[in-house]
Amino acid sequence: MSSAPGEGFEDGGPGDTTGSVLEVRDLSVEYIMERGTILAVDAVSFDLAAGEFLGIVGESGCGKSTLLFAIAQLLVPPAEVTGGSVTFKGRNMVGLTDRDMASIRWKNLSVVMQSAMNALNPVKSIGSQFADAMQAHGVRSKTEIADRSAEVLRMVGIDPIHLKSYPHQLSGGMRQRSMIAMALLFTPDLVIMDEPTSALDVVAQRSLMVQIKELQEQLGFAIIFVTHDMSLVRHFSNRLMVMYAGVIAEFGATGQVFDSPQHPYSIGLMEAFPSIRGPRVPLTGIPGSPPNLAKIPPGCRFAPRCPKAFARCEVEPPELYQVNGTLVRCFLHEGQARSHD
Amino acid sequence: MTDPALHDGQPTPATGSVASNGAGPLLRTEGLTRHFKIGRTMSRRTLHAVDDVSLDIGEQEIVALVGESGSGKSTVARLLAKLYKPTSGEIYFQGKPLSAVRGRRAVLRYRGDVPMVFQDPFASFNPVFRVFHGIMRCLKLHRPELSAQQRREEAERVFTAVGLTPAADVLQRFPHELSGGQRQRVGFAQALAMRPRLILADEPVSMLDVSIRIGLLNVMAGLRDDQGVSILYITHDIASARYVADRLIVMYAGHIAETGPTEEVLSRPKHPYTQLLLSAVPDPRAPLGVGAETDRGEPPKVIDPAPGCRFRWRCPLAIDECHQVTPPLRELLPEHSVACHVARADAETQAFR
Amino acid sequence: MATLRTPPGASEAGTGTDSSAAPGRPAGPAAAGLPLAGGGSIAGARSVRRMARAITANRKATVGAALLLLFTLVAAFPGVIAHDDPNAQIYTRLLPVSSRHLLGTTALGQDMFAQLVYGTRPVLLIAIGVGLLATVVAMLIGVAAAYLGGAWDGTLNVLTDVLLVIPLFPLLIIIGSYLHGAGTSVMIAVIALTGWSYTARQLRAQALSLRDRDFLNAAKVRGERPLYVICVEIIPTMTSLLVAAFLTNALYAVLFSSSLQFIGLGDPNVTSWGTMLYWAENNEAFQVAPLWIIAPGLCIIALGGAFALLNYAFDEIGNPALRPVRRRRTRARTVTTPVARGRPSV
Repeated sequence: MSSAPGEGFEDGGPGDTTGSVLEVRDLSVEYIMERGTILAVDAVSFDLAAGEFLGIVGESGCGKSTLLFAIAQLLVPPAEVTGGSVTFKGRNMVGLTDRDMASIRWKNLSVVMQSAMNALNPVKSIGSQFADAMQAHGVRSKTEIADRSAEVLRMVGIDPIHLKSYPHQLSGGMRQRSMIAMALLFTPDLVIMDEPTSALDVVAQRSLMVQIKELQEQLGFAIIFVTHDMSLVRHFSNRLMVMYAGVIAEFGATGQVFDSPQHPYSIGLMEAFPSIRGPRVPLTGIPGSPPNLAKIPPGCRFAPRCPKAFARCEVEPPELYQVNGTLVRCFLHEGQARSHD
Repeated sequence: MTDPALHDGQPTPATGSVASNGAGPLLRTEGLTRHFKIGRTMSRRTLHAVDDVSLDIGEQEIVALVGESGSGKSTVARLLAKLYKPTSGEIYFQGKPLSAVRGRRAVLRYRGDVPMVFQDPFASFNPVFRVFHGIMRCLKLHRPELSAQQRREEAERVFTAVGLTPAADVLQRFPHELSGGQRQRVGFAQALAMRPRLILADEPVSMLDVSIRIGLLNVMAGLRDDQGVSILYITHDIASARYVADRLIVMYAGHIAETGPTEEVLSRPKHPYTQLLLSAVPDPRAPLGVGAETDRGEPPKVIDPAPGCRFRWRCPLAIDECHQVTPPLRELLPEHSVACHVARADAETQAFR
Repeated sequence: MATLRTPPGASEAGTGTDSSAAPGRPAGPAAAGLPLAGGGSIAGARSVRRMARAITANRKATVGAALLLLFTLVAAFPGVIAHDDPNAQIYTRLLPVSSRHLLGTTALGQDMFAQLVYGTRPVLLIAIGVGLLATVVAMLIGVAAAYLGGAWDGTLNVLTDVLLVIPLFPLLIIIGSYLHGAGTSVMIAVIALTGWSYTARQLRAQALSLRDRDFLNAAKVRGERPLYVICVEIIPTMTSLLVAAFLTNALYAVLFSSSLQFIGLGDPNVTSWGTMLYWAENNEAFQVAPLWIIAPGLCIIALGGAFALLNYAFDEIGNPALRPVRRRRTRARTVTTPVARGRPSV
């Protein structure tokens, strides 16, 4: 069933029906160590349509980065996928060998890391790193490499003369942009981004977000964008997933989640952002801290910190319920519609 | 807060401003400058981290020092904390120049009056010691009149004041057993234990989760209101500055760009850089404005600069004078000062929306 | 004296996710008069247990520790194991291996096994003595250079570099030949005072990386003196590197001292493995009694190897990223969706 190693695939393989680029079903990731097992991601499911911009938001320890790495098949022991599937263009990536993954990586799916300084090789020029990536996927012709490298750099607004520069010679914003350029070398179908703007200043952050959105509209790739700062993706993402302690707390159209958050955690998170423009009001944030993932409490994971918790919340974990097209993991909305799996 | 045991009544010098008994600012800097030599031993290049910064901080107020990377805000904090010596300029604390503060006793007293809280909750604690090690050292060094029992009680008191309860329990923990937010609270508690006049908070919430930040910001406001402490809040996040600060100082590339009461500066920003900052801040409640997307620039590394406004390369309103003369900080509106040649008190000079 | 009292892996920045082994007691904080509430200001007994567990969990550490323990016991109680006087030249020469003489006898009529057993103590003393002395000197010089910076750093660096550049063994030979038969303590002093430079470099580099850590700035800002910061704040966080320095110096002490003794610069009247080799060489042992060379040689290798293994092991314990990735035994577990079990995820 797997295609020959070394080939990417152009169109969906068998099983690709809906035009969704990615289907994640019940994905679970555990960190298995001698002193115990930590369930970092617990049975997360979602679909991603072609060209869609999905924002995944949560605080530290919620599992968003682990989820991302699991999707990109970049987990290293002690982290391991212990359940579920990640179907990319009709093909389950969980359990694929390195060789099979290598044909998908970068051609169809690429990753932009949080810190360019960590992801770029400091002793090689940008151009030679682009060349590396292209040669790894069978592009041999020097002119083709040079042309394509210059083209992607122009796409992100960097003068191609910087192909000769080393990472430390570029500013932070330019480094991040060259990371994104590298991710677009083969015009992938899906680009996964792990907090690519968190190392940048506010102004550079803003211009990078706009740039990413423009590129997406131009080239039509889907994006999964992980961040801890939800206001960053407010105007850019189509759908927003709020994660808490390894599970989805709320998941729906971005505008809807922002304008009328349903889950008490989303509400609390929304209100924890002091505003620049509105009235100056005292805020409270969310008291307490996320649960210890090695000892997950029974019942709803947010219950200890939830201002609206009641008795049932502490014994029974809620499912995802539908509220006007948004999925909410909260008993307060149980009666609304059938539970979604 | 004035404990005669801690502040000996030295006569104020004839020069310099008056001591702070309501008559002058708590801390004032005049032309504060700090340069760093960079490059190899033979090179003469200097990095102008902070140039000619004159600011003041009053009693019982929170002043936010806002800027991006390279603005010099952290260097200012370290200068005020006496971790660096100024290349030129002077710092006056309670009317007395800091350069005159010499000798272990005087320096120790200053450090107790002006402590610092650091940015990284993970790195600012020695992982080898339990939490009470730090605070006990603070108390031993700065409140020597207390007995061991009194020190323990005082430690518990300040821990409770910043919301770390049960205090006795937290004191026994190791830093890695506390969350980031709790560690930052410990930092504030340590500062509070020294009975400070002014706390230098260097990006205390930047590395914390969003939902925890508000808690810390509320602690800071509480310190101002209940304990009468002033705070210099250094941050790159203008929204949190707005939430907690009475006055705002915006820095760019080592210079002060604009300063004034928070609401005033945010509602009527006069310096183009302040306008750029405001337009770039993501605000989930506001629609996406046509902001400064075209601005690709980043704050410069200021090495051996020529005179002129350091923002001129990115400023759409720059005129000839901006390239030749460094704009001085002048008071445009009451208590609202701007360092810009084109800013006007009345007209709308909107560089970025 | 030799037992490793500080556990490894006191991570510099407690990330909170990785449970670093609770650190041990640093040198001298009690002098500062800190109130040691119940349990000690720093975990004491708990850390020893943690360390013991860490050692048994790591294969290299277990082997190394076992070997070291064996040699320590032999050195401490040689009479229990070997019943003959090692120096008595009373036996028939060059007897082969037998139940009476487990390794036979030497060309001088001594019981070889007794020689070997009694020869353990001087070697171990030298190893540990050099380990401690060289590490302490390296620590003082390296950390002072890093923390004080400026002219101090420059001067100390020059000193360190000079010693680094001079080839150590020829230097030892020259010094040794002036000392005519160096006994144990002289040997310790000579090897330690010429060999500290390597680990001083390492410790300086580590201290440099710590220098701008916020917790040091925090200590300075609350008014601590530089000496306090060095002793109480910096050095305890460097315990894993100090242990590694100790082990490295001990290892090289074993090899260097044995080599010096082999070429005759040690005290030929002290029974140790190196001197055994010296006498064996002088009496053409290869032809007549090869065990005379092989036995002490193997012991030197074993002791050196013990230190080396412990060194690797503490590296791995301290830095989890270096641990060998062992394939986990698959346990029966309920999995909701069948997962294609290829290789473990990249």
